[in-house]
Amino acid sequence: MARTLLNIPKTAQRGEVIEIRTLIAHKMDSGFLPDAQGQRIPRDIIQRFACRYNGEQVFSAELFAAVSANPYLVFYLVATESGMLEFEWQGDNGFTQTERVPITVT
Amino acid sequence: MRRSARLAALSMLAVLLGCTMPAPVPLPALGFGLATTDRSGPAEPDRRRSGFEFMGEQTQAMQRDDSANPAMLGVQDGEMLWNTAPGPQAKACVACHAAAQSSMKGVAARYPAWDGQLARPVNLGTRINLCRQRHQQLPPLTADHQQLLNLEAYVGLQSRGLPVMPDPDPRLLPFRERGAQRFVQRLGQLDLSCAQCHDQLAGLKLAGSVIPQAHPTGYPIYRLEWQALGSLQRRLRGCMTGVRAEPFAAGSVEFVELELHLATRAMGMALETPAVRP
Repeated sequence: MARTLLNIPKTAQRGEVIEIRTLIAHKMDSGFLPDAQGQRIPRDIIQRFACRYNGEQVFSAELFAAVSANPYLVFYLVATESGMLEFEWQGDNGFTQTERVPITVT
Repeated sequence: MRRSARLAALSMLAVLLGCTMPAPVPLPALGFGLATTDRSGPAEPDRRRSGFEFMGEQTQAMQRDDSANPAMLGVQDGEMLWNTAPGPQAKACVACHAAAQSSMKGVAARYPAWDGQLARPVNLGTRINLCRQRHQQLPPLTADHQQLLNLEAYVGLQSRGLPVMPDPDPRLLPFRERGAQRFVQRLGQLDLSCAQCHDQLAGLKLAGSVIPQAHPTGYPIYRLEWQALGSLQRRLRGCMTGVRAEPFAAGSVEFVELELHLATRAMGMALETPAVRP
């Protein structure tokens, strides 16, 4: 389980554009760097991020080796209805992390 | 204008060779029991600046916003470690110290502090490790262990915004004095002291980076160059290898002496733990 920091408004007006900020703890080893013994550290990165709003995918991103550790992603959504925001990160070595945050739209 | 370019290059070389330096940045009187009675006229303005003020706007924004500061990921982990018993025989930190929000308030601001049993000053990381050994009967964590840094960040966060208030214990005085000497001691193949850059050239640039005044107000810091949380000793090691000197051993008394001097130098400045630095 990786640690995450999510900054999402708890409530929003219908039609309002809301800012979603996500941060996840991940070392994002690029696969190009040597360790202290000179051996190459194998690649271990997050490859894909997706955000679903009541089951519908509203934002996704592909991440590559040049992205720094602890990826910070900020994006915007239009608040349409109350429900659940689901965030999913997937990466090398079977890494997967899912977070759910409820949102109330008035 | 090639001449001025050459002059600039020459003066840069002079700096690298440790030749004539510009006048030092005047710092306010520091140290304990140093009254300002001997000074006439209005007090000098405090010209000390946190490393925060030497950073770019985006890095500053990253530190200001707890949901964008990656060090807060470590703080989350530190909070969990504080509240969880590390083994079947060992009690959790919270069992003796109670809630960190009240019991650890101001603690990080006064470290390094005196340890009676070791009869020497210790920094916050060593203190946490001593607690592990003496009260939790666990082996100490290695220097710069992720868990140790996370606990330090969580404890440090409880003092955020408070002024740096070094321990006034008189037994620390000889250590503090040696630390002050180390700060002006030339080191390494480049033969440079801390003071030559961080007192005399602060605000100018070393290659593309601004040289800060070296006030340890945000440790452990999330350094973008490291892409991780790191300790003051790691930062000092970086400077020492930078001037091609052999760094002091991790956890050595030499490092703590230097940390003591730095804390004294930064006395009264607000703690920013956990800070972000470029």
